Amino acid sequence: MSKDREFYLRRLHSLLGIIPVGLFLTQHLIINHFATKGAEAFNGATHFMESLPFLIFLEIFVIYLPLMFHAFYGIYIAFTAKNNPKNFGTLRNYLFILQRFTGIFLVVFIAWHVFETRFQVAIGAKEVNFNMMVDILSNPWMLGFYIVGVISATFHLANGIWSFLVSWGITQSPKSQQVATYVTLAIFLALSVVGVQALLAFV
Amino acid sequence: MVTATETKKVQIEVFRQDTPESTPYWEKFEVNYRPNMNVISALMEIRQNPVNTDGKATTPVAWDMSCLEEVCGACSMVINGKPRQSCSALIDQLTQPIQLAPMKTFPVVRDLQVDRTRMFDSLKKVKAWVPIDGSYDLGEGPRMPERKRQWAYELSKCMTCGVCLEACPNVNSGASFMGPAPLSQVRLFNAHPTGSMNKDERLNAIMGDGGLANCGNAQNCVVACPKGIPLTTSIAALNRDTTVQMFKNFFGSDHMVD
Repeated sequence: MSKDREFYLRRLHSLLGIIPVGLFLTQHLIINHFATKGAEAFNGATHFMESLPFLIFLEIFVIYLPLMFHAFYGIYIAFTAKNNPKNFGTLRNYLFILQRFTGIFLVVFIAWHVFETRFQVAIGAKEVNFNMMVDILSNPWMLGFYIVGVISATFHLANGIWSFLVSWGITQSPKSQQVATYVTLAIFLALSVVGVQALLAFV
Repeated sequence: MVTATETKKVQIEVFRQDTPESTPYWEKFEVNYRPNMNVISALMEIRQNPVNTDGKATTPVAWDMSCLEEVCGACSMVINGKPRQSCSALIDQLTQPIQLAPMKTFPVVRDLQVDRTRMFDSLKKVKAWVPIDGSYDLGEGPRMPERKRQWAYELSKCMTCGVCLEACPNVNSGASFMGPAPLSQVRLFNAHPTGSMNKDERLNAIMGDGGLANCGNAQNCVVACPKGIPLTTSIAALNRDTTVQMFKNFFGSDHMVD
């Protein structure tokens, strides 16, 4: 991989994190939220999503490929940093480190999540419905794993929006970057509530 | 009162390294306190009598210095965990024992001396100058708006001291990132009315290997900079300029320099 392409790869990494991965995460958490309205509502929503035309192409081009590029290039980025929170204990430095830790954790969590709810379904071992999630989340360890996974994802997206705004040169002044911090904090809180409420609906 | 100050001691620990390849080690020293001492005058005391706290004679500690008024950047080192200039680090304001270490982001020459060549190489790479040489008199350049001059002047205070590179988590031996200082110089020279006539060359340089995109927005640099240079604002400004440059490069433009 030529280092001269680094600029474009980084920009692509930043862009794909928001479009489509970030949009997909938001849509995913909102569809999940049907679970709070009962099994029937949730099953109806998942059935609608599964009945979308060209589903496999949508999944490959809107989810799998962008997500895999973002994940694998992200691992490379995470491991090139040498964290120094002891000497620089600022909020931004902690968020920088947390962005890398949640990223690595999300690779593990999403790999497991895809295996459990997509691969096992694809080989016919399971069917995606309300009861499948009830089964998975009946294990308290799994519930904990999923809650940490969802909150990591919402944090990674919200903080990623902040970085996206800087990396593309939208927020230049310290003032605008500060306002973006508050706005992305609100996005983090809102998406976390939506995501965790849906998980608890299966318990 | 004179005897009281004479008996007061300053505890200093130096992270020493005899050669560029040898294993570093901590050595403890104790020097007599004098009012208004800075780290450099304490190091000079050690040099006068290089004996460590075990009473063993040792070699004098090596460090770099030049201007002694925080404008040259040569005497930068890590003092109690923070990279900064040792000339402006006053003993009275530091917690003892005072720990002195070299900025390990750079190759260590000896003790507290580091080799900052990579920063000067980066300045060459990004063309951090205004090219005016030619075969005939080019005459006067365009005027610079006064208010622009004021913020650009802040960027010109950079002394290539290396503190921002030491503070940055993405500048390390495992990465090729050139760090915030040379990037901010691109913003400075692109702001200059004559310098901006080559702005696409500088932007394309920082879009290459080890350039702008390696910034991870930890924003330690702007906190660490002894000159108060708005490094993260410079980086965000360059992010915007390179976004535009990227589209110009791909789709084509007659406005590469204006």
